[in-house]
Amino acid sequence: MTASDSTAPVLTDTRAAWSVPAWLPWLLRRLLVGLATVFAITIIVFAATQALPSDPARVILGPEATEQAVAVLRGQLGLDRPLPIQYAHWLGDALRLDFGRSLDSDVEAVAIVRDRFGNSLVLMLLVLAVTVPLSLLLGVALAVRRDSRLDRIAMAGLILFKALPGFILAIGLILIFATNILPVLPAVSLLDPQRSPLAQPSYLVLPTVTLVLSILPFLVRLVRAGVIEVLEADYVAAARLRGLSERRLLWRHAVPNALVPTVQGIAMTARVLLGGAVIVEVVFSYPGLGSALNSAIEMRDIPVIQAITLLQAALVVLVNLVADIATVLLTPRLRTAARPTLKPGSRAAWKLSGGGT
Amino acid sequence: MPAEFAIGPASAPLLRVEGLRVSLTGARADIVSDIGFTLRPGEIVGLVGESGSGKSTIAAALLGHARKGAVITGGRVILDDLDILSAEASALRDLRGARVAHVPQDPGAALNPMLRIGAHLDEVLDVHAPGMTPDQRVERVVAVMADVGLPPDPAFRQRFPHQLSGGQQQRVLLALAFLLRPRLVVLDEPTTALDVVTKAQVLETVRHLCRRQGAGALYVSHDLSVVRDLVDRLVVLYAGRVVETAASHTLFAEPRHPYTRGLLAAMPDIAVRRHLLAVPGHAAAPAARGEGCPFRSRCAVTTDRCLDLPPWQEQGRGHGVACHHPVSGSLAVAVEQTGPAAGTGGREPLLSVRGATARYGKQVVLSGVDLDLHAGECTALVGASGSGKTTLARAIMGLGEDVAGTLLLDGVAQGLREGLRGTAQRRRIQYIFQNPSRALNPRQKVGDILGAVARHFLPLDRGQTAACVAATLAKVALPASAADRFPAELSGGEQQRVAIARALICEPDLLICDEITSALDVSVQAAIVELLRGLQQEGLTLLFVTHDLALVRSIADRVVVLNAGAIVEQGAAGPLLDCPHHPYTRSLIAASGRAVAS
Repeated sequence: MTASDSTAPVLTDTRAAWSVPAWLPWLLRRLLVGLATVFAITIIVFAATQALPSDPARVILGPEATEQAVAVLRGQLGLDRPLPIQYAHWLGDALRLDFGRSLDSDVEAVAIVRDRFGNSLVLMLLVLAVTVPLSLLLGVALAVRRDSRLDRIAMAGLILFKALPGFILAIGLILIFATNILPVLPAVSLLDPQRSPLAQPSYLVLPTVTLVLSILPFLVRLVRAGVIEVLEADYVAAARLRGLSERRLLWRHAVPNALVPTVQGIAMTARVLLGGAVIVEVVFSYPGLGSALNSAIEMRDIPVIQAITLLQAALVVLVNLVADIATVLLTPRLRTAARPTLKPGSRAAWKLSGGGT
Repeated sequence: MPAEFAIGPASAPLLRVEGLRVSLTGARADIVSDIGFTLRPGEIVGLVGESGSGKSTIAAALLGHARKGAVITGGRVILDDLDILSAEASALRDLRGARVAHVPQDPGAALNPMLRIGAHLDEVLDVHAPGMTPDQRVERVVAVMADVGLPPDPAFRQRFPHQLSGGQQQRVLLALAFLLRPRLVVLDEPTTALDVVTKAQVLETVRHLCRRQGAGALYVSHDLSVVRDLVDRLVVLYAGRVVETAASHTLFAEPRHPYTRGLLAAMPDIAVRRHLLAVPGHAAAPAARGEGCPFRSRCAVTTDRCLDLPPWQEQGRGHGVACHHPVSGSLAVAVEQTGPAAGTGGREPLLSVRGATARYGKQVVLSGVDLDLHAGECTALVGASGSGKTTLARAIMGLGEDVAGTLLLDGVAQGLREGLRGTAQRRRIQYIFQNPSRALNPRQKVGDILGAVARHFLPLDRGQTAACVAATLAKVALPASAADRFPAELSGGEQQRVAIARALICEPDLLICDEITSALDVSVQAAIVELLRGLQQEGLTLLFVTHDLALVRSIADRVVVLNAGAIVEQGAAGPLLDCPHHPYTRSLIAASGRAVAS
């Protein structure tokens, strides 16, 4: 990608003696904090589901059952014990990935979640695999051509897509590609649960395209703003006056520095996809995690609700962790510090800067 | 346009600039126009002007570059036989960094934070000398590192820019510039961000390298005192035009242009205490310059002839001036005969600090500092960067973190944290920051900024507040109309006056000034210093934090020298500056004295 790859850097021998990286203690601390966060989330999930105006025993037995029968079942389910004890039992089971049986369909809650999560993960990874390289390329291309006619038209188009709600996009795509105009794709994603979603690509196209289109504007604008900012930095101006080509300035100086905010932007996109794909899943009847949670809440299916919310929360923690680690590793100033401190509110700032300029 | 001239034997010039013009894109306004000068091989020429005069624009144009929003619209820049302004893009790239090198202003921002020092050097060699063998490269790099005074070992080249001090970063930039032994080096205020000791060392390195490599150099600066001893010749710039050019010693001895004379009169001198004379007014922005002599609105000797653009006049021996009324004779500056009031014996100090210690993490910034400030006196707190002077000043203000010690104001103990002080206590000590544009809320009008402070401390109604604001603005020599302006509409000097007004409106007993003139032009600095001296005569006590010892001579009654968090010397300003006892004080004075020891 860069012209410098061909020449061996003789002056920077990176094969220096290996030593414990300065950020290792930070990483361990960060991991512990992540675990503690997940633990705190288990308490919140448990408490929140307890607060739901619903009695599992009543749900299981139905409205016809006598109060006595319900009370007996409550005893059998352990619902009459003190909350901390119920929580301890629940947590112990959850650690063994046992969330009990679904109240609605009488299969293991984990089994439902596993299938649905697999579908969601495939969709999310597909979307990211398309969006990330595309937004990098588009963002850099627009940054280089900033304020040109092309840039202005592209930015206006991106704002238009950003402003459209996901379901409008979805419906528009269905109208174009799945009805009379150009009927090449299925309007609903009725995946065969026996086979991998990847073996049924035609069902994946429209959900993927919808999500890509709704996320791309944010990331493109983030990359564009980041690259423009770096291209106007003093060190790029100084490097230009040392006779470096624009190509080298872009790929060796500007893009690596612009990657740092992009990493946080990608993480934010991943977090949005984890929770926010519900609408797209509903429109396309895509059997993902979001629609599973939606129907579980409708049915007051507490074991499934607990399993999904806990999974989503843990994934958000994981995504943040990975993004923070990547940020530290990508930033020499943080990498070489014993106590890297990501700027407070930096995620929010990046979010804002992605919308600016 | 200044004609060509030569001193002594007519050697072929290395660089010839003729009729250079750089304009703003869009607007029909020139940032610089009719710029002409020559530079001989091995010569160092100083390009001096205040902020906005276009000196950085000229520096970039010498490499065929114009910043965003500007475009080179005319003239020629000829290096040896090549016209840089008409060179192809690829020829320009080959030229930059190899035959003409540029040293940028802010070392902290001019190095890529992602790249190691070695990678920066590597890259220049990759681009300009791809034929060199690895051994030759290492040899060249080691040699240039030694030349600029950096450790030549590989471990140092493994470092990232943020792991270096400001002085080291600037030396890396010098190494990058001198790596390929360029014919011409353009230095754009390379020492502005450095403290006085580092500045002197870097200047020494620049001089040494130019002599050694026989490179010509253009040294851009806003500060005449910095270039005085470094350069052979000076080009003085005003509002985008060359107003005077002469050999360095001639220019200092017999300045002809009223503006040059004004600049020199505004310059503080470490050797003598004197009033600093400001040049009134400020330079117009490119679009508002109008016809005729650009300096006429600020000039004391202006006549109707100045409505025409003054022609370039040779004054002999390479001395040229663009003025209808060049002034002759040496510059007479009024040296103050009366020394500062030094008698402080017996009086109780206004403020006493006892055993102040401060730490930043594990690092000790202040170790047991005792300091007395007497009412009506101006005490200068001096030291190189990192000496702890700002930490001490902030501790007195109550802005310190991790500070311990005793602070007595009129014998009454004060909390070391702002939060521990009552409103009345806070009112008595006020602080002015270095950078006025960052110290003023950009979304509030000046009147609101000042009014909020006034109402906080004094029981005033709306009308009284307005009157109070107007009176305070008058005290800092700003028109009452300034109250309706936003800070961004004011010049740097005016902004600093607003910051001073904000402090004065509290009617404080002690004013702490933290490097308040270091971001300002010399002539603006002179006006601010005179303003502070006037306030001091009305009874205000000043603590003046600075690393500029020449300025100390002009304003301070007492000097306290801080090094590595401890006071190494203190006393009345005159005697201390004339015969310093501590080696550290001597090194500070030697570093700033370089400018006058000609």
